[in-house]
Amino acid sequence: MPVTLSLTVNGKPVGGDVDSRTLLVDYLRNDLALTGTHVGCDTGQCGACTVHLDGNAIKACTILAAQANGGNVVTIEGLAAADGTMHPMQAAFKECHGLQCGFCTPGMVMSAIDLVNRHPKASEQTIRDELEGNMCRCTGYHNIVKAVQQGASAMGK
Amino acid sequence: MGASETNVIGASVRRKEDYRFLTGSGQYTDDVNPPNHTHAYFLRSPHAHARIRSIDTSKAKGMPGVVAIFTGADLEGVNGLPCGWLITGTDGKPMNEPPHPVLAQGKVRHVGDQVALVIAETPNQAKDAAEAIDVDYDVLPAVVNCVDALKPGAPQIHDGAPGNKCYTWALGDKAAVDAAFAKAAHVSKLDIVNNRLIPNAIEPRAAVASYSRADDSYTLYVANQNPHVERLLMTAFVLGLPEHKVRVIAPDVGGGFGSKIYLYAEETAMVWASKRVNRPIKWAAERSESFLSDAHGRDHVTRVELALDKDAKFLAMRVHTIAAMGAYLSTFASCIPTILYATLLAGQYTTPVIYAEITASFTNTAPVDAYRGAGRPEATYVVERIVHQAAVDLGLPQDEIRRRNFIRTFPYQTPVALVYDTGDYDQTLDEAMRMANVKEFPARKAEAAKRGKLRGLGYASYIEACGLAPSAVAGSLGARAGLFEAGEVRVHPTGSVTVFTGSHSHGQGHETTFAQVVAGTLGIPIENVDVVHGDTGRVLFGMGTYGSRSLAVGGTAIVKALDKIVAKGKKIAAHLLEASEGDIEFKDGKFTVAGTDRSKTFGEVALTAYVPHNYPHDKLEPGLNEMAFYDPTNFTFPAGTHICEVEVDPDTGVVGIVNFSACDDFGNIINPMIVEGQVHGGLTQGIGQALLENCVYDKDTGQLLTGSYMDYAMPRADDVPSFNVGTKVTPCTHNPLGAKGCGEAGAIGAPAALMNAVHDALLSEGVKYLDMPASPHRVWSALQSAKR
Repeated sequence: MPVTLSLTVNGKPVGGDVDSRTLLVDYLRNDLALTGTHVGCDTGQCGACTVHLDGNAIKACTILAAQANGGNVVTIEGLAAADGTMHPMQAAFKECHGLQCGFCTPGMVMSAIDLVNRHPKASEQTIRDELEGNMCRCTGYHNIVKAVQQGASAMGK
Repeated sequence: MGASETNVIGASVRRKEDYRFLTGSGQYTDDVNPPNHTHAYFLRSPHAHARIRSIDTSKAKGMPGVVAIFTGADLEGVNGLPCGWLITGTDGKPMNEPPHPVLAQGKVRHVGDQVALVIAETPNQAKDAAEAIDVDYDVLPAVVNCVDALKPGAPQIHDGAPGNKCYTWALGDKAAVDAAFAKAAHVSKLDIVNNRLIPNAIEPRAAVASYSRADDSYTLYVANQNPHVERLLMTAFVLGLPEHKVRVIAPDVGGGFGSKIYLYAEETAMVWASKRVNRPIKWAAERSESFLSDAHGRDHVTRVELALDKDAKFLAMRVHTIAAMGAYLSTFASCIPTILYATLLAGQYTTPVIYAEITASFTNTAPVDAYRGAGRPEATYVVERIVHQAAVDLGLPQDEIRRRNFIRTFPYQTPVALVYDTGDYDQTLDEAMRMANVKEFPARKAEAAKRGKLRGLGYASYIEACGLAPSAVAGSLGARAGLFEAGEVRVHPTGSVTVFTGSHSHGQGHETTFAQVVAGTLGIPIENVDVVHGDTGRVLFGMGTYGSRSLAVGGTAIVKALDKIVAKGKKIAAHLLEASEGDIEFKDGKFTVAGTDRSKTFGEVALTAYVPHNYPHDKLEPGLNEMAFYDPTNFTFPAGTHICEVEVDPDTGVVGIVNFSACDDFGNIINPMIVEGQVHGGLTQGIGQALLENCVYDKDTGQLLTGSYMDYAMPRADDVPSFNVGTKVTPCTHNPLGAKGCGEAGAIGAPAALMNAVHDALLSEGVKYLDMPASPHRVWSALQSAKR
């Protein structure tokens, strides 16, 4: 059964009919061609699909697109400035080598921004605790923690 | 190296590839959506071992959106998946190599074995149809443990492998080892389990296969570490397709760790089916499929004995290992517990004689193959655990027993076939001890004891063999492929450069490291160099990335091509400068007549090569594009010492890592930032094995009990500490970069360092032996048992 969606994604109004069982991540990837949001586990564990909904980090694989109806979604594609300049958190991940294969990275960056918004002066332990829902198999998290610290300070937090 | 280098080599250049990954513009296989594509779903066996009486697809074929359904019966003329390494047993016979069908033929042999390929308009339609397929199974008893599989009366998995044995293989002088044990002052012994791991790259395996009637060609996008090998195996051994009609593209790949080296059934079936349905077919594994069907790692059961003289000098080592192959032989499965394991059992030590005997068995589980380190972590674990135990037995400090036995003269011929070219094991041990502040450990231990906590310190002085390897040697040991690498340097008329490499990056940063080598050698800005990899349609050939070989082998191929570029450039410059070729020097991007200020820039020479108005046409072709193949003359031997300090809470059994220090010798380093990142990641995978990860199959039913992230404990950010990493350098003596490789060291050293630390912490409580992972339950239980 189709449902009719109307929401904002990366500042643009989008919508249309989708199968009611469509997950938000599939709507973003397949209907909107925003393939920066990744699927790593289908079960809400790995966090590769993390996006912002109304300012909060959520896992887009465990929410129906219909549940985001009327909402404001920001994906990894929506972070950089119009001229392509990266968000301070994206820049910090590059500067600190906080990514290797890049697959978990979009979700990691979206979670990092959310955690910095909620914990402006986060300690290393808080950062590690907060990123518990985002798995990375490449970096060993060492440089991700550094990146989040540097990104937080660049965001003025 | 080439004629000149600038300081871009050796600098922590930020990665060229990061912008696309950070902005969501990477292109992974699941991001590829050809027009009019269909979706694949694989119906998998719910049983560990069963005969298939019948498969009825009639109802499923009539379901909405179904395009086609194929089973094993449809794959006429399709061969099984090949194994790339033939091991010859101690009986002189080739290993048992039972068929590995692309879709099950009459029998299923592990939970997750692929039974049918369903192709439909949408993923959900394919799944719904798969549910409607009626498979009548005759369920058989299963065996999942590699030791149990060899016992009399165990369920027989393959007709072609009596007793479930793949091979028994041995290395070393058994008689000499037995003689040395007979006169030893002391013998230490351990029984060791190296736990089975599931690789879990965060990008699940995925493939998109297309066929074009226009030119009878195929295109396969696949999450893979070595697309040329994938193509060669698939076309020549399985599908019988002309190699030039198949293009394999491994685009951005989200981690591999070994699990994406292999030719898998899924993409093979899809390429075959793409011609039958004449539409592109797309598949991305769900995580539960990855758990069930990706090749797993490790799974060894070992007895090790070390003979020592009265001064704790090692006299001999004896190792018996049983290694699981799983239900089928994956692409490189057979060489992991043999060629990449037994050859490393000398470690960093002068043990004069070693005998290793390995029996590989089939089990009703997912296949086992190379996983980060592949054989070398298992060998290091055996060596460093028994060395630790011997020191405990003899009451010697852990550094002292190692120092008494270090190899100090090079080249060094080990008793297990390898020749180490260079190294300095004292140096890395000293530095690791300094980094770990070993001197003050007793005070820290005493302070922890006041709080009721148990502190321990563990060492692992590992060695690994990387940069696989001389093809001739590998061939003599049973390899069915070459082990060289190819590189091509294309200089464009305006002096910018595109590099084509047969290596593959799935996180390692080749686009940056290789560009540094090229920019540094040619004296041009790194922005002017792009690196292309992972596409058989663009890259000449390649053996891909595994075994920490990319820089040592792939990088060297590029250096060899650069040498040819510089040599040709000198000829062009000599002509332009009206000088003798022998008088031309190349440095900092300039060809200069020696002793003069007359020179031509690299850009001017490049332009001349493509606009050859004033050109030595009688001696030289126009253009500036060179390629090279490089076949190494030896392995490389990264080595180092890792020291782990743990604090155990005896009330809960929780092991906390207080400090992890790693001092590694990777030879010369091109990009220290990337190298450190590789070490961090490797250490975390090693810590994962030692503290958290464990693949468990139910002993009776063969069901995978750890089939999700709720059951298989992956290391998360709050499970690991920040690391203390450092390097020392003894350059590799036989490649021009002096590079040894750094990708696997962390995963090789960490498990032994951590487990030795846990054993050190628990020693005072009477706990003698623990297997990985040292989970709170295991540690707590061991403490309770020791109290009784």
